[in-house]
Amino acid sequence: MAAAMPLALLVLLLLGRRGWCLAEPPRDSLREELVITPLPSGDVAATFQFRTRWDSELQREGDTDHYFLRYAVLPREVVCTENLTPWKKLLPCSSKAGLSVLLKADRLFHTSYHSQAVHIRPVCRNARCTSISWELRQTLSVVFDAFITGQGKKDWSLFRMFSRTLTEPCPLASESRVYVDITNYNQDNETLEVNPPPTTTYQDVILGTRKIYAIYDLLDTAMINNSRNLNIQLKWKRPPENEAPPVPFLHAQRYVSGYGLQKGELSTLLYNTHPYRAFPVLLLDTVPWYLRLYVHTLTITSKGKENKPSYIHYQPAQDRLQPHLLEMLIQLPANSVTKVSIQFERALLKWTEYTPDPNHGFYVSPSVLSALVPSVVAAKPVDWEESPLFNSLFPVSDGSNYFVRLYTEPLLVNLPTPDFSMPYNVICLTCTVVAVCYGSFYNLLTRTFHIEEPRTGGLAKRLANLIRRARGVPPL
Amino acid sequence: MAVAGPAATDLEVVRGKRAALFFAAVAIVLGLPLWWKTTETYRASLPYSQISGLNALQLRLMVPVTVVFTRESVPLDDQEKLPFTVVHEREIPLKYKMKIKCRFQKAYRRALDHEEEALSSGSVQEAEAMLDEPQEQAEGSLTVYVISEHSSLLPQDMMSYIGPKRTAVVRGIMHREAFNIIGRRIVQVAQAMSLTEDVLAAALADHLPEDKWSAEKRRPLKSSLGYEITFSLLNPDPKSHDVHWDIEGAVRRYVQPFLNALSAAGNFSVDSQILYYAMLGVNPRFDSASSSYYLDMHNLPHVINPVESRLGSSAASLYPVLNFLLYVPELAHSPLYIQDKDGAPVATNAFHSPRWGGIMVYNVDSKTYNASVLPVRVKVDMVRVMEVFLAQLRLLFGIAQPQVPPKCLLSGPKSEGLMTWELDRLLWARSVENLATATTTLTSLAQLLGKISNIVIKDDVASEVYRAVAAVQKSAEELASGHLASAFVASQEAVTSSERAFFDPSLLHLLYFPDDQKFAIYIPLFLPMAVPILLSLVKIFLETHKSWKKPEKTD
Repeated sequence: MAAAMPLALLVLLLLGRRGWCLAEPPRDSLREELVITPLPSGDVAATFQFRTRWDSELQREGDTDHYFLRYAVLPREVVCTENLTPWKKLLPCSSKAGLSVLLKADRLFHTSYHSQAVHIRPVCRNARCTSISWELRQTLSVVFDAFITGQGKKDWSLFRMFSRTLTEPCPLASESRVYVDITNYNQDNETLEVNPPPTTTYQDVILGTRKIYAIYDLLDTAMINNSRNLNIQLKWKRPPENEAPPVPFLHAQRYVSGYGLQKGELSTLLYNTHPYRAFPVLLLDTVPWYLRLYVHTLTITSKGKENKPSYIHYQPAQDRLQPHLLEMLIQLPANSVTKVSIQFERALLKWTEYTPDPNHGFYVSPSVLSALVPSVVAAKPVDWEESPLFNSLFPVSDGSNYFVRLYTEPLLVNLPTPDFSMPYNVICLTCTVVAVCYGSFYNLLTRTFHIEEPRTGGLAKRLANLIRRARGVPPL
Repeated sequence: MAVAGPAATDLEVVRGKRAALFFAAVAIVLGLPLWWKTTETYRASLPYSQISGLNALQLRLMVPVTVVFTRESVPLDDQEKLPFTVVHEREIPLKYKMKIKCRFQKAYRRALDHEEEALSSGSVQEAEAMLDEPQEQAEGSLTVYVISEHSSLLPQDMMSYIGPKRTAVVRGIMHREAFNIIGRRIVQVAQAMSLTEDVLAAALADHLPEDKWSAEKRRPLKSSLGYEITFSLLNPDPKSHDVHWDIEGAVRRYVQPFLNALSAAGNFSVDSQILYYAMLGVNPRFDSASSSYYLDMHNLPHVINPVESRLGSSAASLYPVLNFLLYVPELAHSPLYIQDKDGAPVATNAFHSPRWGGIMVYNVDSKTYNASVLPVRVKVDMVRVMEVFLAQLRLLFGIAQPQVPPKCLLSGPKSEGLMTWELDRLLWARSVENLATATTTLTSLAQLLGKISNIVIKDDVASEVYRAVAAVQKSAEELASGHLASAFVASQEAVTSSERAFFDPSLLHLLYFPDDQKFAIYIPLFLPMAVPILLSLVKIFLETHKSWKKPEKTD
């Protein structure tokens, strides 16, 4: 065995540069996949993933200098078609062929859940990482609601979901597949029927649980040539009971509490539902400067006891320059809820710094949870990046864990909002007061006052004299 | 009581009058200036008179020409007069407010020994190679060598030669009026190499009144600090064509040397992309006789718009973007040819759009379809493509073909595809264009600020304006003294500063503070205060008027 290695090397050297020159020049490769997951409620989740990889001379130089790392977050953005159009333009086949034909804006935005992402990352081309490729991963997940669009029916097809069917693979794709999750339905064929019947099934451990998928490969010429198009249909034979979906091992919740407009409290609840394993979680929080955090009020409690984080990094905010940054490594005990809370005071903004709609409130960005969650089923240590359905940012070599990054919900915080017409009111009021004072003062100083002698006559006097005369009293 | 009463009331009335007058005096002397001072908008002083002076600026573009006479070029008694300097000045007739004069300052001198030696060599290329070495010429200057009438340096029927750098050769003459005749020839050659009316008219095309030629003249890109060049390969049919192009190599080999030569005119960045399923906006016409497809000339404007939305490069750049598209037509529409006005196919199968870029249609060789199955692998011949794109690039930068005087030999282009004097000519044109742009910007800014009194003028805006004015003046001076490089730099600075001043956001701060709001704030204070003062003033005025009139009546 040891002798065989040098021999192989020698052969490579003999082939030399000529062998390399004959090789195909590096070409962008595209792998596209669509994962359809029927949910027990009758809803259906669809996740597109497009991975484009290209070789580039642009090299990453050594380790990333952490000084240049930046983290930015936009707490909330209204999703609309304009988010989809530039995203679609990045796809090599645009929306003309392959799975991207299904990306039709009016259906995708008429769903109960929508998530769209672009990731770009370097990928090592060899074991020693002397040269790298770049990978652009675009994902889009939507959940179609049976109640809104189904009119009571829980059957789905590609055409009903996207109002299109698949007709041809993208000619640039090296892999183009549709996966249907049949994990819970394949034992008894009575619950769910998938039509047309899949040619193959695929079994793998995804995010710690064993999954079974039915595969439709678009590059397989028989798949489309039979009927000129592929319209995958899901039929519930026996309507599923509305059972609750399984709870994930790690989930989180965040809210603002307190009353009044001066003080408040940010609380984050971290749930570890694993029955017997504790695991650490990295919590990253950025809070805008106008919420002045009191770090001494930071409390972390789990199961009623104080939980000391093993690592805290805090960078205080500077007004109008940088937000607070709080990073903690917290150990979550098994089967527990951990509450992280911190108090803050609301700052007053300058009147030009308020948004056009200040009474709506200000958004606070979600906190980010990164964790290695223990899996139920140990995964085979395979080549993660090459495997289909690869969707983790950081592949883990050890099969007993998987990496999860969670974002909590963004918060809406009310800030003390001034009455913006107040300056005008003050001006008007002061002016009126000044004017009234000034007027009387002016009159007093400039008017001349006469003592006017009463003149004889007048109707009243005559009347009085008549009465007096009648009474026998001398007239006035 | 009855006696004292009127006297006391008189006293009271006088006191009242005095009090009212005092109020009015305080309001006018103290109140008005205070109100004026506190509500005034800050307006730094600007050099209005200098800005209006810029409009009447006379641009003198001086081209220093060194004329070197070899031994037998002119009669001997004429040679005795050397060295001396002749100035040839000429106004360039343009319908523009700026007067532009072009001035050739010809310094005549005798040839030095090594120049004699070089010019007596066999061919003009050799002579040039020998002359080049010793001196480096300044930007914008020219050297003209006058050789003897019967020299074999040039072919017999040629009277002059324009070299690739800043040199030219003119044949001398044995004549009584030798200097006059040669002088005219030299001016002809020098004009071809530096400034012509067309070049300046093209540079000022945006500032000149419209005429029938203006569309043609507006082809070049506007002057800017930098330019972005994007090469895109459009493959609308990836199912049938698997197109490969070695764009990196082509850019390194053909485009980069050209841009390096042009680097004095601005920063350049080059990028490339491949777009699939990018269609042209029009359906080509099928011609059954030649079984090929044709795009008519009047359809070409509609081709660009649908493609433009896919390019997406202009969104990320501050600088103007030049797009060069290589379109490989889909299998159903190939071969595709572009037709000109007369219906004949265009030889290069390419066209360009002014200030936007160029499109070339690259047909796949029909033989390749027979041999193999789809998709066909297509390797783009980059030499053919880059020839067209470079020619278009030259046009879009406003480097037109020179107008050569009759009987003049033009040297072949250098390896970069750009002659040094062409670059000089571009710099002349760009300097004039920059000066015109900066002057227009400053003038409209001054007009705007003069018209709207609400605009705040901050000190930094004012300093930018001062800097721009100074840069314009400096650039004009440098142009007049023949320092092209520094003139160009100063003109760029003038444009940058003037635009920065013009687009400064602080100018907008109080612009939308309307008058009715102002009155709404002032009236509650001013009306109750001003009305009594005015009324009592009127009353006092009437009374004094009456008392002045009374004595006249009694008299």
